[in-house]
Amino acid sequence: MNPERLLSLANRWFSTSVGLTLVIFLSSAICGFLLLPYADADSRFSGIWDAICNAAGFPVKSSATDIIQPEFKISGATLGLAELTSPSPQSIGRGATLAQQCAICHGPEGVSRADAPNLAGQYAQVIYKQLHDFRSGARTNATMGPFAAHMNDRDMIDLAAYYAYLPRIPSSRGSSEVPLIVASGAPTRGIAPCGSCHGTIERKIGSPWLNGQPAAYIEAQLRYFASGARRNDTNQQMRNIARALTDDEIKAVASYYAGTQ
Amino acid sequence: MLNSRRLVLAHFWMAFGVFGLALLLGAWQMFIRSPLAGWIGNPEWYYRSVTAHGTIMGYVFPTLIAMGFGYAITETSLKAPIAGVRWAWAGIALILIGSVMAMIPVSAGLASVLYTFYPPMIGNPFYYIGVVLVVVGSWIWVALMSINLIRWKRANPGKPVPLAMYANVAGSYLWGWTAVGAALELILQIIPVAVGLRSTIDAGLARIFFSWTLHAIVYFWLIPTYIAYYTIVPRAIGGKLYSDSMARISFVLFLVVAMPIGIHHTFADPMVGAGFKFVHSVFTAIVALPTLLTVFTICASVEIASRLRGGRGPFGWLVALPWNNPTMLAVTFSFIMLGFGGAGGLINMSYQLDASIHNTQWITGHFHLIFGGAIVIMYFVIAYDLWPHLTGRNLADLSLMRLQLWLWFIGMIVTTFPWHYVGILGMPRRMAYYDYTHPAIADQALPVILSATGGLILVVSAALFFVILIRGHLSEKADPGEYRFSVAVHPPQRVPVALNSHGLWVGLMIALTATNYGFPILQLAARSDTSVPAVYVGVK
Repeated sequence: MNPERLLSLANRWFSTSVGLTLVIFLSSAICGFLLLPYADADSRFSGIWDAICNAAGFPVKSSATDIIQPEFKISGATLGLAELTSPSPQSIGRGATLAQQCAICHGPEGVSRADAPNLAGQYAQVIYKQLHDFRSGARTNATMGPFAAHMNDRDMIDLAAYYAYLPRIPSSRGSSEVPLIVASGAPTRGIAPCGSCHGTIERKIGSPWLNGQPAAYIEAQLRYFASGARRNDTNQQMRNIARALTDDEIKAVASYYAGTQ
Repeated sequence: MLNSRRLVLAHFWMAFGVFGLALLLGAWQMFIRSPLAGWIGNPEWYYRSVTAHGTIMGYVFPTLIAMGFGYAITETSLKAPIAGVRWAWAGIALILIGSVMAMIPVSAGLASVLYTFYPPMIGNPFYYIGVVLVVVGSWIWVALMSINLIRWKRANPGKPVPLAMYANVAGSYLWGWTAVGAALELILQIIPVAVGLRSTIDAGLARIFFSWTLHAIVYFWLIPTYIAYYTIVPRAIGGKLYSDSMARISFVLFLVVAMPIGIHHTFADPMVGAGFKFVHSVFTAIVALPTLLTVFTICASVEIASRLRGGRGPFGWLVALPWNNPTMLAVTFSFIMLGFGGAGGLINMSYQLDASIHNTQWITGHFHLIFGGAIVIMYFVIAYDLWPHLTGRNLADLSLMRLQLWLWFIGMIVTTFPWHYVGILGMPRRMAYYDYTHPAIADQALPVILSATGGLILVVSAALFFVILIRGHLSEKADPGEYRFSVAVHPPQRVPVALNSHGLWVGLMIALTATNYGFPILQLAARSDTSVPAVYVGVK
């Protein structure tokens, strides 16, 4: 008995299986890389090679050329600056001098008596970003705009370093119950727990520490985000959340963080 | 009794032990996400549980079943002691060590990344290293299967390789090659980031590597079930296998076309070109072929059994089937679930239809119906069939077995059909919490409750399964005789060399992997702008 040779075209198992595999692969490739791309009504190919490259997954240039520009300014602040996380004593000292002009609203030691945000102990990145946005016009406010207009980057970094250096006011909140929206969010409405960015559960860079902020301020900002009056949250993180919050939730969040609940 | 019964029993008990634990986790997950339970407060617990459930059910349980069954097949079909028993023990030891190593960080909440890894999420490195050890342990088995077959062939030149062994080795080669994808993902992409050597990861490339494993792994889970269809069912119900060649063709077709289809798991991913998605879609359609061949051959074999028992007429033979036989029941249930699951699979493989059910609860329903249903119910049959030969004692409680199989079938249908339905309604999968008071999803509450009830039925069925096996260990001694596989109507005297060896089919499998995966992998590997910062997860 002659041993049957497997890898030979004379072996029908070999030739049939390899042949069928080739036919299936080539026909599916011709369909997938040539016929179907051209069948797409939106296809704008300059030639066969263009169609093949597109189907193979090379990025199509035409889609990148016409980016739609928003009609408003977006935030251009960079939060990764090393000076914001480890400031020099000189920077803090200079910030303290500059901060005298802020004291009328934000308090001489960063604690406000006028429902303006308390800045004592706020993250440096947060203060820097807001000042930067007030100057560029990404965030608008009749009081803060003129102040920020005259600041340079150095001033903003120093102010941020000074306020971050001040001790936070202790929370007056006692043992009141944490609202569901703060602890768990509302998953079906796409709302993450407030605490997962603004402290207690987790902190995300650029998100302010909210404990002890005035209720009127928090509530006003949430309403600005919801209406679109404030939009310096670049990827709409806060606008998406604020739009989905109910009136009661906004009030509950504001009074919880203000510590008056 | 088998010489290697301790080895096989160790595999089966470890497999079913971890299966029982993971099943409880699964039932708990269904309960706490249903309207029957309130919000657990911390989603982390849910994701921790899903990671453990998926890792055990996906990587550890079926691998151990395939290995244990493979060793039993090697000894009983080749009628020779297994070569390399010490290595086999080393393999299961590695799996044990790997599983424990992976489960410690998962239990501690340091690796809640789910068994699909989801880069750029990065968990504790010991989780990934544990999974790698499990895979390496199973590769020892792959090598042993190959070595044992080669030895037998040398001793028996020209003789047809017994069908069970032929299929078993095909399954081991399929696993050996398909596990390479996940291994590459872990070793080249994830572990360097997890141990701190890099802080960015090419999530797209990692996902392509994972898709290399993710679909063919299903066919690796499936192979023991198909071996049971062909080599246990006809004998157990008193019939004959309709065609030995058809069986061989089915297994080699799995070897060739199970591999180059995984990109249908990344239909919604932007980093793969539409052309490759189409090619993978075509090959996914072809993988239905060996299943259709199998359904035909097994139905024909079952009909032979019925006619031997006096079954008459075009449909009357269905009545004459041995419905009291647990194997007969199980194969029927398995085919029903395979039919529904397969029909759902045809929807998943279609680019357009997939878009409507992508990442919904439909997907969970689909793979639980196929794997948890059609496949696992035959794992039970394999255990029932082998147990007397492993313990040397009777396994006589047929009515309890029937009850167990009925409960598993009903439980799986009650679990997965509502999942498919709520998936079509748009319910996303892998979420810890659903607010069923919300009008948009209020109508999903009832089906979800139904499905959670199905989970409880499955737990009861599994408990019965353990009772049956343990009672088997305690019953009176009895000689089960020699273990036999089904005999074909025309037992093969001489088999074409193509169907008596695996080389051609392994070659085609690797060639199709190169054509279908080569370019997408090289394209992403060559580009410098595709990495993203890793997102480290873990309780702080």
